[in-house]
Amino acid sequence: MNIKLIIAAMLAATSMAAHAGKDMQALMDKAIAESFKPGEGQDLSRLKQDETQMLCSTSRNSPSPKDAEALMTREKATIQYPADGKLMGDWKQGEKLVKSGFGMRIGSIEPDPPAKQKGGNGGNCYACHAVDPKEVAAGNMGPSLTGYGKLRGQGEDIAKYTYEKLYNAQAFVACSNMPRLGHNGILKPAQIADITAYLLSSESPVNK
Amino acid sequence: MKYKAMSLGVALALAVPLAWGEASVEEYRAALADKDANPGLLTIDKGEILFKEKRGPKNASLEKCDFGLGAGKIKGAYAQMPRYFKDTNRVQDVESRLVTCMVKLQGFTEAEVKTHVFADQRSNEGNTDLEALTAYVAYQSNGMEINPPLKHPMEKETLSLGEALFWRRTGPMDFACSTCHAEDGKRIRLQPLLNVLNKKDIQATMGAWPTYRVSHGVVRTMEHRMWDCNWQMRTPDIDYGSPAAVALIAYLTHQASGGVYDLPGMKR
Ligand code: HEC
Ligand code: HEC
Repeated sequence: MNIKLIIAAMLAATSMAAHAGKDMQALMDKAIAESFKPGEGQDLSRLKQDETQMLCSTSRNSPSPKDAEALMTREKATIQYPADGKLMGDWKQGEKLVKSGFGMRIGSIEPDPPAKQKGGNGGNCYACHAVDPKEVAAGNMGPSLTGYGKLRGQGEDIAKYTYEKLYNAQAFVACSNMPRLGHNGILKPAQIADITAYLLSSESPVNK
Repeated sequence: MKYKAMSLGVALALAVPLAWGEASVEEYRAALADKDANPGLLTIDKGEILFKEKRGPKNASLEKCDFGLGAGKIKGAYAQMPRYFKDTNRVQDVESRLVTCMVKLQGFTEAEVKTHVFADQRSNEGNTDLEALTAYVAYQSNGMEINPPLKHPMEKETLSLGEALFWRRTGPMDFACSTCHAEDGKRIRLQPLLNVLNKKDIQATMGAWPTYRVSHGVVRTMEHRMWDCNWQMRTPDIDYGSPAAVALIAYLTHQASGGVYDLPGMKR
């Protein structure tokens, strides 16, 4: 087999490995551009993918080890901290944010009411996690967080990890199903510190 | 039969405000053991009347609408959709095809037809014309195999596009359809999530749409489900019958092929 053939075969194999080839990308872009309503109360910018969303889509959430490494490094660099530097805030405020599934729904049919939007977004954690053992209506897309602080401790290291994980889940797990809550602007740094306290504090119902 | 469906519809509507879980729907399903009591049948009746009624600037009925098997042939047509249509040169699902026929045969403008496609469950509104028409046309494939064609190149392209869109992550939550619908046994809070990659699961699911949604008190269609899940993904409104909506529906329907339509369905 000559070298050119080998290279051609290798190229074919790599292009097949990516689920969405170049043509498919163009088709998708066209379909997206033609399929969503513009205008008041809409926000077409939400359909534009960043590099991470694009990579996770085309690799169906299984990027190569090299791509995953680069992705996590890039996401880690986005993390911002509260102005006062405290990663553990008020756990009672954190509890409210964990419970609230409010926020970010738009469109002409059933947008989140503007009056309520002033109250800010929730973290929507119960959609995916068990947290307070007394709350039974908990999803299971993510692991249970019940007893999180009791199991993990309350030291500086775990506070830093928890804060950073909440700010940008993909700094630790490439293509995680958990939203990048801080990076995407759903929660503010001070709110993330409140939730961190809720998960870690020994007074919190999470750890009772 | 109609009386039974009506009184049950009232009972369901009254019960709706009491937070509906999957268990209570099961109870109602059991109480309903005979299909004649599905309130969706009333919507289908309404759809039949609308379908046969002369309407629009051209004062025509929809009886000559071609859903892919020839003008006026609706028996089994839904079971073989989405499909490619030569006259529009695109792949269409039953709902976008109804829009085409209301424009071409009845003389409505597309904008007129699409001003209010979904009933507003918050004001207890009854089904819209498009919802009722869809329920009626789909019901003519009840008991038939889910069998969308895959011959025309555009049918193949639409299927691949739908699959790629299923995995496309976007928006402030980084969600794709696959985030919630690609694993067995997952729940959002207490709501069980369909796994589109599980053949049995997707066959049973697609076989039950259009479906009477107890929590909405009306029949819902796949176009509504596409809007609803996109809304949950925090995207702008996906447009009724748009290329992305049709491609997603084509992908879901092909995943379900070989299943059987058991209509109208009944869900939370
Ligand atoms: C859409 C689903 C989803 C939502 C919403 C979500 N998470 Fe997660 N979360 C996950 C998944 C999936 C994982 C596991 C993969 C990973 O670690 O990224 C996870 C992992 C975590 C972890 C790491 C657990 C460990 O053992 O290290 C923490 C902590 C966490 N989530 C907290 C939260 C909190 C607090 C909220 C709400 C502010 C939240 N998550 C919202 C899906 C979600
Ligand atoms: C954040 C999670 C989430 C995402 C993302 C999502 N869905 Fe859903 N989907 C749901 C929930 C919740 C339900 C309703 C379950 C219920 O009512 O019990 C649902 C229901 C459905 C159903 C009907 C299932 C049935 O049992 O009848 C279909 C089909 C569906 N989704 C397709 C999609 C498609 C296609 C996408 C992408 C455009 C998508 N979903 C994105 C959460 C999601």
